[in-house]
Amino acid sequence: MRKYKLSHIRQLEAESIHIMREVAAQFENPVLMFSGGKDSITMARLAEKAFWPAKIPFPFLHVDTGHNFEETIEFRDELMDRLGVNLIVAKVQDLIDSGRVKEENGFNASRNKLQIPALLQALEEHGFDAAFGGARRDEEKARAKERFFSHRDEFSQWDPKNQRPELWNLYNGRKNNGEHFRVFPLSNWTEMDVWQYIAAEDIGIPNLYLAHEREVVERADTYLAKSEFITLTDDEEYEMKTVRFRTIGDMTCTGAFKSDASTVPQIIEEVASARVTERGNRTDDKRAEAAMEERKKQGYF
Amino acid sequence: MSTNNTDAKKYLDMDLLRFSTAGSVDDGKSTLIGRLLYDSKSIFDDQMEKIEESSRRKGDEYTNLALITDGLSAEREQGITIDVAYRYFSTPNRKFIIADTPGHVQYTRNMVTGASTSNLAVILVDARKGVIEQTCRHSFIASLLQIEHIVLCVNKMDLVDYSEERFKEIREEFRSFSSKLDVPDIHYIPISALYGDNVVEKSENMPWYGGSTLLYTLENVQVDSDYNHVDSRFPVQWVTRPQSDDYHDYRGYAGKVAGGVFKPGDEVIALPSGFTSTIDTVETYQKEEDEVYQPMSITMTLEDDIDISRGDMIAKPDNQPTVGQDIDMMVCWLNKEPLQANGKYAIKHTTKDARCIIKEVKYKVNINTLHRVEGDKNIGLNDIGRVQIRTTEPLFYDSYKQNRATGSLIIIDEYTNETVAAGMII
Ligand SMILES: Nc1nc2c(ncn2[C@@H]2O[C@H](COP(=O)(O)OP(=O)(O)O)[C@@H](O)[C@H]2O)c(=O)[nH]1
Repeated sequence: MRKYKLSHIRQLEAESIHIMREVAAQFENPVLMFSGGKDSITMARLAEKAFWPAKIPFPFLHVDTGHNFEETIEFRDELMDRLGVNLIVAKVQDLIDSGRVKEENGFNASRNKLQIPALLQALEEHGFDAAFGGARRDEEKARAKERFFSHRDEFSQWDPKNQRPELWNLYNGRKNNGEHFRVFPLSNWTEMDVWQYIAAEDIGIPNLYLAHEREVVERADTYLAKSEFITLTDDEEYEMKTVRFRTIGDMTCTGAFKSDASTVPQIIEEVASARVTERGNRTDDKRAEAAMEERKKQGYF
Repeated sequence: MSTNNTDAKKYLDMDLLRFSTAGSVDDGKSTLIGRLLYDSKSIFDDQMEKIEESSRRKGDEYTNLALITDGLSAEREQGITIDVAYRYFSTPNRKFIIADTPGHVQYTRNMVTGASTSNLAVILVDARKGVIEQTCRHSFIASLLQIEHIVLCVNKMDLVDYSEERFKEIREEFRSFSSKLDVPDIHYIPISALYGDNVVEKSENMPWYGGSTLLYTLENVQVDSDYNHVDSRFPVQWVTRPQSDDYHDYRGYAGKVAGGVFKPGDEVIALPSGFTSTIDTVETYQKEEDEVYQPMSITMTLEDDIDISRGDMIAKPDNQPTVGQDIDMMVCWLNKEPLQANGKYAIKHTTKDARCIIKEVKYKVNINTLHRVEGDKNIGLNDIGRVQIRTTEPLFYDSYKQNRATGSLIIIDEYTNETVAAGMII
């Protein structure tokens, strides 16, 4: 008899597609949170696959700190064009301008925390009842217990003790008015799986992920890209390095590291031999061991 | 590019094993998982640094590998894990997803949750204590959830002088108990999670043990046959209707194959309507496949325009699921609020939503002895029992034993919306 065998990457793909269709069917008004990073690009591909030959039946939402790499925005706009999806941009700057939030000041100032109110306001304003996020359980300890369908109360809070048990692939998206869900279709993927999938599917990614020359400053064991949003201290200076990014987010807290990996297969090799986690280069995670969990409770992605 | 390419291809050929781990508190489960992750090089330097730092702070003599799997801060303070946590590692041929379920007495609920998606269960016992009540409970749950493979790890062998006698004694104890269970494949491995004996490397301290290490066992156990490739079942999840000129009359049924194989040209029947048609195409993204099978997510088109929507089931005319509203099943209760006799609940079964009433609690099971509990039909948190429900509309189902996807359902409280029970159809 023929062997009906599905490789692990195709099993993960099938699971993620199933979840995306389930959300489209169970919720009135879902949205996909698109950060421009490789995980959200992978989600975009999975969404494309899930509904093909029809268009993706929900909009994308970009929470924009204003501290963007130009490449990310260009890449984002081209992709939205090709997919024909409606993009909503929630600007942190707008919240600051309207006085609803206050910006951090000084050295190491970051708008990272301000993403939370910007996101929550956008969810509320558009009445989204489910928001896809690209988080993976392997990223961080606090995420290991996250559900695929993560219930948030009317204050958008995540209560680790009060999550619904998730059995088989039966997902319970029932909710009361005002509550919503975060849904993580990539929960079971590792960083390696994502890269292998990008290679296998030949998915385009922003050049920031590939080795390139750039002016950077060394800070907290990582390199930050030169930008107008960073203030140097007296003993810091910019230098030219061949670097790449392992994650892409706000310019002020997304670190680069030295690398010569300039193709996806080379990245895969590098990831295979990597000795630090991808978030290891994010200064925002270094602030406290339980940092992520704290932010999750507040409604962070 | 060429060598990389081969590696990438090899990776694309890797298969997947999902397993759950269970043991009672302090049997060494966290240490074992930490050991597996550490020895398979799935722990990164920055994670290790944090762990070493935490270990130092706590005054441990050696780096406590158990901290690797330690999740949320509240739990860190209490020093126990309280929910299912998922971990990942891989070896060159296989990727592993661990559903790490805590051993605390009252957390049957978590074990059931973790086991529901697992192909294999690793159950730990402490070599000094042998088979205890909780070992029996864990095994029973694995069996109830139709896990086909159990690996019984006898841990802390270092504390019993790596004694072959002790290992054999425990193996016999477990054998006599497990003969009552429905688990076809059971492995026994003597280990020391703390020192690494027989976890990844073969132990020099136990030359008398001729079997495989735990990792070797996990890498080589065959799980393809755990899927049902005989009874064709396709619960319709979503109807794809592109609003575009290119696909003007296209109508595709999207979903995850829940059993058997579907090919173009196959005659199929749609339930509940009973209309038959022939499969035109089975597709994944931009690609028509020759055949599709469990657990693929696909889109199917039919030759005839028949009315099919989410919650319907496509099967073969000569092999159909049972259609019925009076359903007998085992339930595991997951919620603080106990089961209400004659209570009304919502249910989810495959892609179908319905409501049900609990008609009868037949019996409750003592999960330590597997005996029926006489005279007590109250099903509360962490209890397992047999019940009969009546649904508001027919379900298209198989027994859980025959098909985990079409034989499982969840019960939901209509007021709190919480998932209150897991049901396995008999
Ligand atoms: N001597 C010895 N101690 C062990 C072994 N495995 C775990 N332990 C110890 O047993 C205690 C409980 O282990 P832990 O992994 O936290 O147990 P859990 O509650 O099952 O997760 C810890 O002090 C471990 O160091 C072993 O193989 N040999």
